[in-house]
Amino acid sequence: MLLKITFTQQRRVRLAQGLWLMSWLAVMSGAFIFCLGVYLKTELLRRAEVMDNTEIHVVPNILMMVGLVSIGTNWVATRVCQDSLDASRFPRWKLLLMAWFTVAVLLCCLLLAVVVLSYALQGRLEESLKVGLRNGIRFYKDTDVPGRCFQKETIDRLQMEFRCCGNNNFKDWFEVQWVSNRYLDFTSKDVKDRIRSNVDGRYLLDGVPFSCCNPASPRPCLQYHLTDNSAHYSYDYQAEELNLYSRGCRQALTDYYMEMMNSTGPGVLSVILIQMSVLVSLRYLQTAVEGATALEDPEGESVGYLLEKGVKETFEDVKANVLNILKFAQVDPSAAEGSPGAEDAEKPADNTTEKAASPTPSPAS
Amino acid sequence: MAVGKVTFTKVEREKLAEVLCLLNWISVVTGTILFGLGLFLRVEIQKWQEVMSEQGILYVPHMLITTGLAACCINFFGGKICLDCADTNKFLRWKLVMMPYIICTFFFTSCILAGALMCYGIRSQMEESLFMGLRNAMRYYKDTDTPGRCNLKRTVDLLQIQFQCCGNTGYRDWFQIQWISSRYLDMSSSAVVDRMRSNVEGKYLMDGVPFSCCSTFSPWPCIQHHLSTSSTQDEQSRQLNLWRRGCRQALLDHYTGIMQSIGLTVLLIWLFELLVLTGVRYLQTAMENVLRLGDPESESDGWFLENSLAETARSNFNIIKNLGKCYQVDDDPNINVPTAAAEEELPSHFIPETRTKT
Repeated sequence: MLLKITFTQQRRVRLAQGLWLMSWLAVMSGAFIFCLGVYLKTELLRRAEVMDNTEIHVVPNILMMVGLVSIGTNWVATRVCQDSLDASRFPRWKLLLMAWFTVAVLLCCLLLAVVVLSYALQGRLEESLKVGLRNGIRFYKDTDVPGRCFQKETIDRLQMEFRCCGNNNFKDWFEVQWVSNRYLDFTSKDVKDRIRSNVDGRYLLDGVPFSCCNPASPRPCLQYHLTDNSAHYSYDYQAEELNLYSRGCRQALTDYYMEMMNSTGPGVLSVILIQMSVLVSLRYLQTAVEGATALEDPEGESVGYLLEKGVKETFEDVKANVLNILKFAQVDPSAAEGSPGAEDAEKPADNTTEKAASPTPSPAS
Repeated sequence: MAVGKVTFTKVEREKLAEVLCLLNWISVVTGTILFGLGLFLRVEIQKWQEVMSEQGILYVPHMLITTGLAACCINFFGGKICLDCADTNKFLRWKLVMMPYIICTFFFTSCILAGALMCYGIRSQMEESLFMGLRNAMRYYKDTDTPGRCNLKRTVDLLQIQFQCCGNTGYRDWFQIQWISSRYLDMSSSAVVDRMRSNVEGKYLMDGVPFSCCSTFSPWPCIQHHLSTSSTQDEQSRQLNLWRRGCRQALLDHYTGIMQSIGLTVLLIWLFELLVLTGVRYLQTAMENVLRLGDPESESDGWFLENSLAETARSNFNIIKNLGKCYQVDDDPNINVPTAAAEEELPSHFIPETRTKT
């Protein structure tokens, strides 16, 4: 027996009561995980226009699913606790408990996977933002093209809200024509010169949109002729730091989402802890109550354990059972013909399947 | 002739006491809501305090905060009293306190009403305050090197971005002030000097606006400068380019909306408190009448006022008048000061005897 503990009747009652409370706590934490997932998903969807792919959405999706399943599972655990001290009602939960344990372990593994994924997917998020922002900046001027007409507003609001400018920094705006041809006076010499100086015939300028301006700057915002020191009085392009936002939007958004996901880390870990403790306690309760019902005196002491045999033996048993089920599935049509004979032959075959790698052919086939 | 007389059986009295106890506890909750509303309003006003010229507006949230706290205390006390009032023996404990308690609660309820009315009435004062405050803020926009005003530029920019407004009444307000500091003007340039000389006060005025006036909804890049040099076609397009609303109107709408909803909630709370007060008054009078009758199991009358409104006012006035008389002849303890009722009762020949004793 693995980690056995002796339980008196009073201890069993206490365990059932404590487990009932803890299961309700686990239900709340399941709801908390679900809400966390919903919150993350809405935040990601809000900025979906500047993201190229939705790979990062797997994190909130898993959280939402785990949250819902966890609410259901832990609610079942409360019902089991309520019935555990009633000898007539407890046996009907027997089969379900095996499935319950697997589901609970699966939930814990998924939550751990979420924590790992939220760190691992940072690179993918950055890539997605890089491509999304690049497109956003490129289509900034296309306010008359259906499907892209809101890019300008999106990028402007993004830059103002996150206090950032451009993809990596404000110089990204120098490489893109962000003033639409509709608003350029083609009779002006300056415009014609600029367009001709460029291979692709684009109107590029060393200026940025107004949304890059930093309100904390002591000087009214300088948007145009940024690289030309002589264009503005008392202006040094290299030394000027406060005029525009210095951070790039990709960095700003990545930091924002990473901070959000990191701050949920401790919460998720504590939920995993709660779920594991519910699992362990329920296992002890199940074995203790089953032991007590098997005794002559149901009020007496019984032994509760985690595993009946050692870890290795239990693993072998489980493997044998799984292979058994597989074998049943494989030879099911022929087993239906000579089922009594097949079942008699299965019993000695069970003892040998521990060592056998492949299923032994049934005598009936 | 009593005002609003209702007869109560013993069972009805007990039920009234229980219901009032519950209502008083609910009133404690509404008191905390009132307190919370006052706190919220204070925080909201403090956010943009820099663009308001006077701080007198703050007395509205302070009033709400104090009445909220008072509501919690008074109704908590009231809950305890009402719980005891179900039983005539326990009521004796509170008998003397009940009347002052009811008077206190009446005054406090009128404070709540005053608070609600203030929320609606403060609009004109707020408009005045915002007009002056915004005018000053725009005037000191360029003074980012003057201590005490160095944050005004940032505040005004963030205000215009968040509330999607420009200037005091409109974007033209920026044409009348110098919002570019002289530190960033090239005084050797003839263009700059010309502009400054063309103005009486020597200010550098221009037909341009700060970047925070730019509208995000405009389909083309923002045109901030040379706004006057344009034809009518551009006038229409210019309307889209900058925020059209003035910041005074924007802030006024924002605060009026908040205060109207707060005012409505406070009015509802006032009605509820009034209901509780009426119930307590009826309970008090019913219990007192039971004690007067002597039989705790009998029916008793509860009323709002014992006599009609005019008589009650008259008797209260007389009490106050006689209080005054009491203090005047206080120094001689031997004088038996006759009250109005006693003068009627005593036969007239006794009066000269008491007078000769002095």
